[in-house]
Amino acid sequence: MKKIWAWGALLFGILYFTLPLVGMTNFSLKMRRGEYSFEAYARVFGDPRFQETFTYSVTQALFTIVFGVLLVVPTAYWIRLKLPGLRPYVEFVTLLPLVIPAIVIVFGYIRLYNTSSWLPLTGSAFGTNILLMFGYATLALPYMYRAVDTGLRTIDVATLTEAAQSLGAGWTTILARIILPNVLVAVLSGAFLTFAIVIGEFTMAALLNRPAFGPYMQLLGANRAYEPAALAVIAFGITWGCLGLIQLVSRFQKSAPPKA
Amino acid sequence: MSFLSLTNIKKSFGPVQVVHDFDMGIEKGEFVSFLGPSGCGKTTILRMIAGFETPSDGTITIDGKDQGSLKPNQRNIGMVFQAYALFPNMNVHDNVAFGLKVAGASRSEIDTRVKQMLGLIKLDHLADRFPYQMSGGQQQRVALARALAVKPQVLLLDEPLSALDAKIRVSLREEIRQIQQQLGITTVFVTHDQEEALSISDRIVVMNAGRADQIGTPFEIYNTPATRFVASFVGTLNIIEAKVTDPAAGTVMVGDQSVILAEPIANLKGGDTISLALRPEAGSIAESASGDTSLVGEVESTNFLGSVIRTRLRVGNDLISFDMFNNPGVVPPSYGESVKLRFAAKDLLVIRE
Repeated sequence: MKKIWAWGALLFGILYFTLPLVGMTNFSLKMRRGEYSFEAYARVFGDPRFQETFTYSVTQALFTIVFGVLLVVPTAYWIRLKLPGLRPYVEFVTLLPLVIPAIVIVFGYIRLYNTSSWLPLTGSAFGTNILLMFGYATLALPYMYRAVDTGLRTIDVATLTEAAQSLGAGWTTILARIILPNVLVAVLSGAFLTFAIVIGEFTMAALLNRPAFGPYMQLLGANRAYEPAALAVIAFGITWGCLGLIQLVSRFQKSAPPKA
Repeated sequence: MSFLSLTNIKKSFGPVQVVHDFDMGIEKGEFVSFLGPSGCGKTTILRMIAGFETPSDGTITIDGKDQGSLKPNQRNIGMVFQAYALFPNMNVHDNVAFGLKVAGASRSEIDTRVKQMLGLIKLDHLADRFPYQMSGGQQQRVALARALAVKPQVLLLDEPLSALDAKIRVSLREEIRQIQQQLGITTVFVTHDQEEALSISDRIVVMNAGRADQIGTPFEIYNTPATRFVASFVGTLNIIEAKVTDPAAGTVMVGDQSVILAEPIANLKGGDTISLALRPEAGSIAESASGDTSLVGEVESTNFLGSVIRTRLRVGNDLISFDMFNNPGVVPPSYGESVKLRFAAKDLLVIRE
């Protein structure tokens, strides 16, 4: 009897999650009346705004990942090595983006960095792009920090550091050649999550008026019927691709350590 | 001045002082072991030499150069850790080459030196292996080669054998000693294993509660322990309580039996209580033994340990253990039997607290 309930719950869960996706995919393929086609996908891919916004978001994601790695890896390493007592506080700070809505963060940014402020980042497209990247890095912080911290937990940070120091290595060498390669899989996990967040993010990009993929999806959804569905399927594909890559690199580490 | 000199070293962690006024000079090419129980300060001293801890007071010099202002990566020191600490992302070759690369050595220089080091530890065939593909003993040998590759002035070994199984531990300690003698490198070895320290050291520092209780050769440490702690920590030792009867003649009473010591007892008077130490291997119950002093006691237990049989004898309020080699032709004494334990008077040491 218990088994029936368990199977029932599982089936309900699967249907609950997959039916909307199946329906949406089905709808996205019905642009041509009476037949299935990839017409909606062709239109999306052919739209220059898709290419522009997607390229913009991918570029932003890459910069966010680089900035996130440069910020989080040394921070998490230092906390683990020298300031373990501060770890709960840093963890709390990194979790704040989960409880503070993006709209609050972006309004704070606009207030702090507007054209009449001491650092007028919103005064230029370049400055706004940088501000947006910082915003994305903030949103990705809980995932990136946890991934890196978990990676650091799997190695003996203190002893490896001392071993490298006794061989003449300074902090930069230790971070670049010992710590980072040994938490590479964790960093990649954090990077893929960051990528997925940046690609789908709407609020910050819209309020900072940048041509990102999130606002484009919203715009398309408000004015078209089939293309938004195709776009949603594409966005899902990208996210799942990222999650798949996380799984792949995690398995890769189980079989052999990453090479320097 | 000694090659490695530690002068008036003190170290405190908050209100707790873990090293008290430590002074020692280590000569070039010497192998010195720091021996003591957990928390005695031996690793702290090693870490201060490496630069991972800063002394609260005192100076450390190597070849006359004060190390106080130098960071760990600026000191020319090689260190081997208990947990191997090989870099998991690098193979054996790259691990050994790491220090040389950091120092900016040329590729040919690195290759030559790595080959030389791997030859020294007899692992040249494993150059492409990663740490996770090797046994603990192999990893520790690679760690040793890595530490030696940079030609350090001093080699520091922080309990390098503790994580290994008994057989590997013995063979590796012999290998370490052989390599150390071959290279003539000044070495400081930290261990809590007395057998390790006794077997490979030129000198041993027995640490107790942040102080050096005794510094001496293994022979001196074992045979003439300076304090009760050294006597009890190094080797197995019987501590026998005795009452002084005639200090000038060196006569004491153990229970109701009179024993004459090899020397008069200084600074004590009749009726004072003293502690005497007797190694288990110093006693014998054989009739032909040349011992000129004896104690009669009742056998409490007999333990067969393979090559040795350890017997515990009750003498008055004391339990005295003694060892005899296993001889299939000789039946060990049995429980309750009364036996005479013979020993040389010089083996009965007066222990100062």
